[in-house]
Amino acid sequence: MARSSDLDVAYIARLARINLTEAEAKVFQKQLDDVLNYVEKLRQADVSHVEAAAHTLPIFNVFREDAPGDCFTAEQALSNAPRQANGLFVVPKVVE
Amino acid sequence: MTEKDLPALTIADLQSVLRRGDVSPREVIDALRARIDAIDPEIGAYLSLDMEAATQQAEKSNVDLPLGGLPLAIKDIINVMGQPCTCGSKILSGYRAIYDATVIQKLRAAGAIPFGKTNLDEFAMGSSTENSAVKLTRNPWDLSRVPGGSSGGSAAAVAADAAFGALGSDTGGSIRQPAALSGVVGLKPTYGRVSRFGLVAFASSLDQIGPLTKTVRDAAMIMNAIAGHDPQDSTALNEPVPDYAARLGRDLRGVRLGLPKEYLIEGIDSQVKIAIDTAVKQMSSLGAEIIEVSLPTTEYAIAVYYIVATAEASTNLARFDGVRYGYRAENPKDMLDLYGRTREEGFGPEVKRRIILGTYVLSSGYYDAYYLQAQKVRELIRRDFASAFEKVDALVSPTSPVPAFRLGERVADPLQMYLADIFTIAANLAGICGISVPCGLAEVDGHRLPIGLQFLGKALDEARILQIAHAYEQSTDWHKARPLIAAVK
Repeated sequence: MARSSDLDVAYIARLARINLTEAEAKVFQKQLDDVLNYVEKLRQADVSHVEAAAHTLPIFNVFREDAPGDCFTAEQALSNAPRQANGLFVVPKVVE
Repeated sequence: MTEKDLPALTIADLQSVLRRGDVSPREVIDALRARIDAIDPEIGAYLSLDMEAATQQAEKSNVDLPLGGLPLAIKDIINVMGQPCTCGSKILSGYRAIYDATVIQKLRAAGAIPFGKTNLDEFAMGSSTENSAVKLTRNPWDLSRVPGGSSGGSAAAVAADAAFGALGSDTGGSIRQPAALSGVVGLKPTYGRVSRFGLVAFASSLDQIGPLTKTVRDAAMIMNAIAGHDPQDSTALNEPVPDYAARLGRDLRGVRLGLPKEYLIEGIDSQVKIAIDTAVKQMSSLGAEIIEVSLPTTEYAIAVYYIVATAEASTNLARFDGVRYGYRAENPKDMLDLYGRTREEGFGPEVKRRIILGTYVLSSGYYDAYYLQAQKVRELIRRDFASAFEKVDALVSPTSPVPAFRLGERVADPLQMYLADIFTIAANLAGICGISVPCGLAEVDGHRLPIGLQFLGKALDEARILQIAHAYEQSTDWHKARPLIAAVK
């Protein structure tokens, strides 16, 4: 398992699309290094004969009829939008 | 029965007076409103109330329905149409739900009235409700202490007689731990027993909705209404729902209770330990067989949780991007600036920490070492419980190693806050059910602080742990103890 110092908080925060101040990044670095040091103990567990568990219960694919049902109107879907116009979400220009 | 006495009633007793016609549902709403107005300025349990809609529903409610005319508080992470759903976060300030969660539809169909939304740690991430970006919630037993979390508003409201019952959500103990610290009953159902549709997702393989109530019977009555299959949630199990309330009343004779030896950890408060030992002796004298069991993977549970839960949270919370709903940073210069600043300004520190940790453990080069390893150890934890339940009907432990701690005492050290979840977290990882019931009062600095006893049951064995918890509860008076603040007002 990687050493906890491998975590570069500023870099990962950029991947997660969260701007951080330098001061905040520094505090998080220390706190998350502590957490990562703590989880190092998982290396001791013998998992050589174990399949990974994404779920704990025997849940399989669930199928249903592909039938149309009720859905939100455009007005409902837009009712919490921070900015909207002409029935659309408004965002900053993406393509120059 | 005066209006002033109404809020102290259990759901079962309120149902009786409603059905006898001693009071009307409208009078119940008025009495609850008066109680909340009097006491919630000191407790801070509620984030929003919709008493006008509640009054309208009360006027036409049918008290013969299973929960007819019963007002219930809802953790503010469950969508109730037309009401705010802030998740305790600035990023959802101003948001109004455009649909009812399945549990809310089911409660309405049973006649219940969802009238208000309760405070929580932001996106249910925390154990003290101090991570709410909106306000502080105080423990009704000692206003300088936390109510527990993340469903701290729901627990405090029920404890202070400012709600007859409430819904919470439990990802690593967020129903059971605040129930314990606030002196109420809290049930985390089996994963898949209750639909998650309309519950804002934190960690999708761990989250479950469940009740917080004054008694075990009340929890069973709410479970009767909310459990069951839902085509809107593919993980909601298609299994029959027993009548949980009707099955209460069996005694403890012949019940096999397991004491996990790994749960005798350092750091259990001495008064908590005495209360649990006393409860176990009492159950033994009532005919239960006490058996020592082993859960060898206990030491890994918190580590597994903080990898799995943060990984799932980092993907679930990617939807909060400032585009379709919620908060948006002002004057973004481009899309990346919009995302980065919206999430910087909209999320609090604990949510940011967990998103960053979750992003890291899923990132290329670290996925196998952290996430995959954690998923494998999770399977070992599940097997531990499965073999324990071959020998016993339920496991017994403290819900929390300590009674309610002081506001501000643990916020600076996230890891210490995480470690307090040792007794509750494994149940979520294993997908099993658990319940916390009051089992004593610690004396700390001149205040009485509630202690919680936890029973864990195997998957879909809610009826069993409700029976056991009910039998224990009825043999004590702990569930009748009320915080001083309840009497003062």
